[in-house]
Amino acid sequence: MTLLGLAATNLQKDLRLEWRSRDTLNALGFFALLVVVIFSFSFDPSAEESRRIAGGIFWVSFVFAALVALNQSWARELRNQVLDAYRVSGAPPASLFMGKAFGNFLFVALIEALVSPLFVIFYNLRAIGSLWMLAAVFLLGTWALVINGTFFAALCARTRSREMMLPLLLLPISLPAVLAMVEATTAILTGESSPGMWIKLLTGYDIVFTTASLLLFETVLNSE
Amino acid sequence: MRPLIVLFVVVTLALLGFGFYQGMYAAPTEQTMGDIQRIFYYHVPSAWTAFILFFVNFVASIWYLMKRRTTTDALALASAEVGVVFCTIVLITGPLWAKPVWGIWWTWDARLTTTLVLWLIYVSYLILRRFSDSQQTPTLAAALAIFGFLDVPIVYMSIRWWRTQHPQPVIGGAPGSGLDPSMKFALYSNFVAFMAMAALIMWFRYRLAVKEQRLEEEHRARTLRSQLREVR
Repeated sequence: MTLLGLAATNLQKDLRLEWRSRDTLNALGFFALLVVVIFSFSFDPSAEESRRIAGGIFWVSFVFAALVALNQSWARELRNQVLDAYRVSGAPPASLFMGKAFGNFLFVALIEALVSPLFVIFYNLRAIGSLWMLAAVFLLGTWALVINGTFFAALCARTRSREMMLPLLLLPISLPAVLAMVEATTAILTGESSPGMWIKLLTGYDIVFTTASLLLFETVLNSE
Repeated sequence: MRPLIVLFVVVTLALLGFGFYQGMYAAPTEQTMGDIQRIFYYHVPSAWTAFILFFVNFVASIWYLMKRRTTTDALALASAEVGVVFCTIVLITGPLWAKPVWGIWWTWDARLTTTLVLWLIYVSYLILRRFSDSQQTPTLAAALAIFGFLDVPIVYMSIRWWRTQHPQPVIGGAPGSGLDPSMKFALYSNFVAFMAMAALIMWFRYRLAVKEQRLEEEHRARTLRSQLREVR
């Protein structure tokens, strides 16, 4: 089996488990909804203002929602010593990591697709810039969150009080990505500046950290 | 070993004293900023020292992942801890200087923000070290250190772009362009003094870390031996 084949098998397993329990999607979706509602209470902006702040509020909500999902993503593997079984098996660790990352990406992206319409309703949003660009920012931004998130969730799974550790490690590293997502989204919503530079930055960030995660995952998996 | 360290302590103190004299008395007073500018001789050397220590941490982390020697990990720990201390000095002296000169405590300028993010990353590194089991700490910490180091150039670029898009909130009073030779001398002598001080503290911290590791190993071996005896 190739690396991608093994990754696909891992992804399939995660998706099937998720389909049967729907734990992650329910928790993640409800949490994202709550964050949207709370932000809507806290800020009651006019249409013009809301276009300016929506990018920030949107991504802050999804950073927190993604943390909830990422924290859970390795829990199943830990409970039944799946990770140890995986270390004994001949399959390359990168395939396990890729399967996990794709799974998390699908979950977070799905929730974003479901919750974004609510943002549009609550904030009376209408994008002035290109919607295709917005889609690109969403895909790249979500991948940026998820790739490092999956890596650091695996890293934190090896520490004490792992649930607390993930945001502490993930947020500092993700700062430039969050800045790029927010600025690009705001640029598209207001139509005042071009988001091209930020999209390039996000692409660079994704490439650098996807490579680093794939190279270092084996080290983290085998750390003992 | 001991007389060497004593000599090093004496030399470091002398350097610090010399740097203090150069920065506070010998260097000419800056025309527009006045005496406040003298904080420069502490601010900038601290920043350089912190950046050098973080670089040492990065090299030690990679070295550890390649060779798996516990002493390399002790070096990584010592450089990160001392680096965070110097980075904290930078972040405290910076606003102290900015308030009277720029009229504001803080601005989201590329260098300021990168330093802040660097500080955040290395604090998270120290927290990770505290919260992981001692056998896994070196590997996990080394992985995080590499991620953090990769992040720094991206942070710097992103903030530069961010702020070139918006108007600058302050009139740049950037020193460093056309520095008076006597100011340069004061700056460099303080830099040498601060590096000597950092090396000294790091040496003590390194020795402590190595001793801690040895104690830990001894403890583990003893527990294992007593368990074996019970089995028999």
